[in-house]
Amino acid sequence: MNESQTTAASRLSEQGYTYAYLDEQTKRMIRRALLKAVAIPGYQVPFGSREMPMPYGWGTGGVQVTAAIIGPSDVLKVIDQGADDTTNAVSIRKFFAATAEVATTTATERASIVQTRHRVPETPLQEGQILVLQVPIPEPLRWLEARESETRKMHALEEYGVMHVALYEDLARFGRIAKTYDYPVLVEGRYLMRPSPIPKFDNPKLDNSPALMLFGAGRERRIYALPPHTRVESLAFEDHPFEVETWEECCALCGAGDSFLDEVIMDDSGGKMFVCSDTDYCNRRQAAQGKPNPDTLGGKA
Amino acid sequence: MTAAAPLLQVQGLTKRYGPRIGCAEVSFDLYPGEVIGVVGESGSGKTTLLNCLSAQLEPSEGTVVYNSRSRGPLDLYSLSEAERRLLLRSEWGLVRQNPRDGLRMGVSAGANVGERMMAVGARHYGEIRGRATHWLQQLEIDAERIDDRPATFSGGMQQRLQIARNLVTEPRLVFMDEPTGGLDVSVQARLLDLLRGLVRDLGLACILVTHDLGVVRLLSHRLLVMQKGRVVEQGLTDQVLDDPQHPYSQMLVSSILPV
Repeated sequence: MNESQTTAASRLSEQGYTYAYLDEQTKRMIRRALLKAVAIPGYQVPFGSREMPMPYGWGTGGVQVTAAIIGPSDVLKVIDQGADDTTNAVSIRKFFAATAEVATTTATERASIVQTRHRVPETPLQEGQILVLQVPIPEPLRWLEARESETRKMHALEEYGVMHVALYEDLARFGRIAKTYDYPVLVEGRYLMRPSPIPKFDNPKLDNSPALMLFGAGRERRIYALPPHTRVESLAFEDHPFEVETWEECCALCGAGDSFLDEVIMDDSGGKMFVCSDTDYCNRRQAAQGKPNPDTLGGKA
Repeated sequence: MTAAAPLLQVQGLTKRYGPRIGCAEVSFDLYPGEVIGVVGESGSGKTTLLNCLSAQLEPSEGTVVYNSRSRGPLDLYSLSEAERRLLLRSEWGLVRQNPRDGLRMGVSAGANVGERMMAVGARHYGEIRGRATHWLQQLEIDAERIDDRPATFSGGMQQRLQIARNLVTEPRLVFMDEPTGGLDVSVQARLLDLLRGLVRDLGLACILVTHDLGVVRLLSHRLLVMQKGRVVEQGLTDQVLDDPQHPYSQMLVSSILPV
């Protein structure tokens, strides 16, 4: 603990909080799990998940991981489905601003820790940044094999043929691999991993990323990690290679043709528009084009 | 067949469940291309024996040595679990009595047949599908049904699908537990006919557990008769069935209903 952290901690303890909400013993336990996870990329490390002041499914795993690694000098960005301004993102950001006294940002490149749900930011991550992903179900083999004892054995013995059976079944039924999110990956040629429900569009961003990626599953009590520059391979068949989603449209607001687009229904008659799911990326592209920021329109700001 | 080394050597195999015995002091050799039938009444230890032989149940005493394609003779129970499981999905096949236990009911017939190929590393969709089609046709299943789920198949077809799924990785040794149980007589006859052809053409070695003497008469070369966990008589199938020596074998043979 450095000096500024000690002062922040003593200030918070006067208010009845430990620094970053979790008690020090819990944070140590989580850090140990994190170290093990980083040492064995893609391996799911069990940890003693705590009750958090939010419901399961809202990112209790990610919040615990962030709480264990955050310090006062960090700059935190929280995104939910790519957006910085949704309820979940705002509340988690406020939570750490209050309990850990950290600066927050929406700019990807300024953040030292990015906690996210469902997306990897469009702006490429840099060395030294940490991406924390919230994971609902960490076990990639779960819907194929119900027994935890058996799935652990399958990981231990590298018996991953059944995952390809699922992909085969998609090809046989739909003519393509129908899985669009949570698309299974093989880490460093060894562990099969669920990249949390990010769209498969983001899978290539995991491969050889300069940033550290930490995955926390609160309800399932598992932590796993991708250290920087880890080989992450999306599963596929030789004659049906892995492909990401593409759109015929560009973003209606910023015109980006290279980002992940959300389809937004505009009215009751089927009108729709496609916009970037990454709000930070979209807003800054618009600003660069001289368009007014939509967030500041209509007296909202 | 005589000059070749045995494929499976079983020595003094015993499995105890507490004070009771599952099977006791079973010894035999199985040669490549040979079919051994194991018969006996319910509870005589047939399935326990099969599970011990197929590396699914660790015996209390005795050894099972398997002569593998790549690595020569292996003592099954000194192998690691990973190696045992690899054998089970590459060099061996296991056909269960109830096809629902041996099949993945939630995925198509093609995926069922392809599973073992993918488990040993096949990653080319077209090739997997091609070989799956070939094996479905070998087992007289219409290739058009490759994308149908096994639940839509009849009992006989499910059993044939299970066999196709096992044969696709070209095993050398197949364990069968009552493969014709629960099938009606005409379907049984067709399946037996098919099996006999496959065993002959592929040079498969088989251990066939059944209580149906008709099945062993048709398929197996040699016969073990079990009673209360022990092998009471063994020999060539026709010899045992036509001239049984042990009182229990005599009883078993004479209790076949004449048609």
